[in-house]
Amino acid sequence: MAVKIIASCVNCWACLPVCPAQAIYEAKPHFLVDASKCTECVGEYADPQCASICPVEGAILDSRGESINPPGSLTGIALEKMAEALAEIHAR
Amino acid sequence: MELKVIGQNPIGATRVGPDSGPCRGSQDRANSLSEHIQRRIQDHPCYSEEAHHHFARMHVAVAPACNIQCHYCNRKYDCANESRPGVVSALLTPEQAVKKTLVVGAAIPQLSVLGIAGPGDPLANPERTFATFRELARKAPDLKLCVSTNGLALSQHVDELVKYNIGHVTITINCVDPNIGAKIYPWIFWNNRRIRGRKAAEILIEQQQRGLEMLVERGVLVKINSVMIPGVNDEHLKEVNRIVKQKGAFLHNIMPLIARPEHGTFYGIMGQREPSAEELRALQETCAGDMRVMRHCHQCRSDAVGLLGQDRSAEFGMNTVDSLKVDYEAAAARRAAVRVAIRQELEKQHAAKSNSTLVSFTPLRHPGAVATARPLLVALASKSGRLIDEHFGHAREFLVYEVSAAGVHFFGRRAADRYCAGLDSCGETETVLGKTIRALQGCEVLLCAKIGIEPWEKLESAGIQPNSEHALEPIEDAVTAVYQEWLASGRLAPLSASGQTRA
Repeated sequence: MAVKIIASCVNCWACLPVCPAQAIYEAKPHFLVDASKCTECVGEYADPQCASICPVEGAILDSRGESINPPGSLTGIALEKMAEALAEIHAR
Repeated sequence: MELKVIGQNPIGATRVGPDSGPCRGSQDRANSLSEHIQRRIQDHPCYSEEAHHHFARMHVAVAPACNIQCHYCNRKYDCANESRPGVVSALLTPEQAVKKTLVVGAAIPQLSVLGIAGPGDPLANPERTFATFRELARKAPDLKLCVSTNGLALSQHVDELVKYNIGHVTITINCVDPNIGAKIYPWIFWNNRRIRGRKAAEILIEQQQRGLEMLVERGVLVKINSVMIPGVNDEHLKEVNRIVKQKGAFLHNIMPLIARPEHGTFYGIMGQREPSAEELRALQETCAGDMRVMRHCHQCRSDAVGLLGQDRSAEFGMNTVDSLKVDYEAAAARRAAVRVAIRQELEKQHAAKSNSTLVSFTPLRHPGAVATARPLLVALASKSGRLIDEHFGHAREFLVYEVSAAGVHFFGRRAADRYCAGLDSCGETETVLGKTIRALQGCEVLLCAKIGIEPWEKLESAGIQPNSEHALEPIEDAVTAVYQEWLASGRLAPLSASGQTRA
């Protein structure tokens, strides 16, 4: 039972100091979680602390491999709006 | 009649002109600071319009984490071509930051200020921020230390902050109304929870206000930064201005929103527009009557180095910094000597200004014409900050002066290519010239050392009169001469009488 940090992590450090189990460590190309230490904060906090401060949607997965912060959940930018903006920028 | 230069001279200037109601005009904005505060900011390039021509600052990027999300920020962004808050090239450890500061302090003896401004929130990274301050307070006690925060964690760190001789703290306050805050901040991290919406804004506002009060109680100078977001908080910032002033903030820096789709921010992607230069000017003007407002702010990167507007961060990469050996004591002595020399030079300039009449108006045929003439906004291209000595096409920014019967007064700066130098990579569609003309909105004259035919024509058809006749003249002399010329030719008749309108 552990969360996982994936490639979209931007190495912003926010998660590292808030982890109660000191399970997160700096690594290249992005921060990682030591699965043997991570408890997903069960029994300590209502939500995993790393995923509660992470600013990047989709960067942290739960033990089932699902995004704890799915697209649109943090920025409030709807998917089609994001796709539209990206298409417009790339078309320039 | 004597024309005084206002706003360039915060130390020696005096109040000019009467108050004119709740939104007092431009005349007295320069001098609402007490002498005591002016002494404390005289070497600070960000807080003193005058100091920024002489003293340098640097930011060290030791604070990556953030505890809130703002709709104008995207934590993924890192671009060497961009210059705006929150953007950095490389994160430093506190040890690296201390070394870099000492190396820069040896290479640039004008360095007077070290700030931590991100790229996240310094107080969301308290260990890293305070480790940096602790070492620098010991190794370079002559440097002023500054910190810039969103305010969420401020109240819990105030007592630690004041230990390091922190002279200045900046809090970014965009609202005092949680309903408005909910449109700016999607979430905060507070007491181990991610909190969203109005509740999040309520907590943030409460903490910001508490932090402001605590700092003022402890005698720390507090500057408030606000981002002007049209249709969201533009009107509301007048209320923010009133409240922060009442609570004892000494400066209110109202900055324009930067929002482009390519930045990947909520506002950028959703098409939230940026304020025009004219809208920003009008808001700053309204608030200036109540409080000193910074007009020379450059909205620096979080790892900027050097004089404002001359970012030298690229010269001080960590490889360079690590390879250099520095005699710290000699560097500190050199800084002290340079500081004394700059202060002496400034005092000499003040004395010269107060002893000479900058300009006398030739008597006009109609008495009272001067008093009723409307003010004129003059933009100019200056490399030195003293003379009209820049080619129009080379200018990266323009200084704007307002001249009226009350005097010549520094009005602010307008960027020519403000956000991005990598035009190809960022895919700008608008031409640089078009962008510059838009930035000069509201100005009626453009002074420069030289200018090409194409920009001359475009400026003219946009209602901005280019003029290179005053090349290499001191700014105040040139601006004054233009004002007199316009006055004499009747182009500055009051709006109601002439039917003229200003852009």
